[in-house]
Amino acid sequence: MNYTTPQLFIFFGLVTLGTLLTRALPFFIFPEKKEIPKYIKYLAEVLPYTIIGMLVVYCLKDVSFSKAPYALPEIISIAVITGLHLWKKNTLVSIGSGTVLYMILVQFVFI
Amino acid sequence: MADKKAAFLAAIPHTIPVFTGYIVLGAAYGILMDSKGFSILWILLASVFVYAGSMQFVAVALLAAGFDPLGAFLLTLMVNARHLFYGVSMLNQYKGLGKLKPYMIFALTDETFSLLCSTKPPDGVDQKWFMFFITFLDHTYWITGSLIGGIVGSLTKFNTKGIDFVLTALFVVILINQWKATANHLPVLIGIMCAVVSLVIFGTSNFILPAMGGILFFVTILKKHVVEVKSV
Repeated sequence: MNYTTPQLFIFFGLVTLGTLLTRALPFFIFPEKKEIPKYIKYLAEVLPYTIIGMLVVYCLKDVSFSKAPYALPEIISIAVITGLHLWKKNTLVSIGSGTVLYMILVQFVFI
Repeated sequence: MADKKAAFLAAIPHTIPVFTGYIVLGAAYGILMDSKGFSILWILLASVFVYAGSMQFVAVALLAAGFDPLGAFLLTLMVNARHLFYGVSMLNQYKGLGKLKPYMIFALTDETFSLLCSTKPPDGVDQKWFMFFITFLDHTYWITGSLIGGIVGSLTKFNTKGIDFVLTALFVVILINQWKATANHLPVLIGIMCAVVSLVIFGTSNFILPAMGGILFFVTILKKHVVEVKSV
């Protein structure tokens, strides 16, 4: 791509600034000395429980149920992760096995 | 010093899933940037300073489409709007971080946030440094991954297809832990339902903002039913 160095600095600078704004804004609005309103405290307590679910959906957003392999690698892997995690309760075992299984499925089974 | 070492050692095992994911995705980013003719210096700068996985990929696509910095800025705000929720969630946990705080806000990615809100340091380990090292290690993995990608990525023979699923797996496991840690599953269900419904209605590239709106709406009107949620 033919861009000048100043152009690239402006471009990446603005992308950096945009990202930083979304991360820092809540801390600017509610600095440590300011009393956090009750409603915001409530959100702070409840949002983590909602966001992780949203992130799972975010990770799976490009998976298609209507085209082969009909989300089967994802469904099988997540089912195994869930079963394994409820049984062994070991985070690294669940994540490691689930990922290796998924790689085998997409590389060798559902090609 | 001993405090910091203990916190560092306690943080490492928690970051292993992110290590795998960031090395691989970082390498993918390095390869992509390299293929578009960016030098290793630009790869390094982007990963150190932008440090926003999906947005860094989007930025490459935007540059390929033409020079529109303002459009890129606005799109960044939209793509990364979910970080607002992380900040609100971390207001209390980040109190008293002192000089570490600006960096920890800057480096609050999806994965770092998910670790910070789902892990606690072992007894006797300093919470502040424990959180710092999780954040710092994740950032280091991302930078290292993208440099590896920029330097040697295109030469690797190992078929990594599907390895990015490690991050999905991480979020699924955290979701299960959250599910078990609280008797009230309403917040988790609200998050999933709003995201799924929004995805179906608005499609893959526009669903995050409506999903966030929906989550805010439902946790607000259902506040009475979302009785005390225990922390993990």
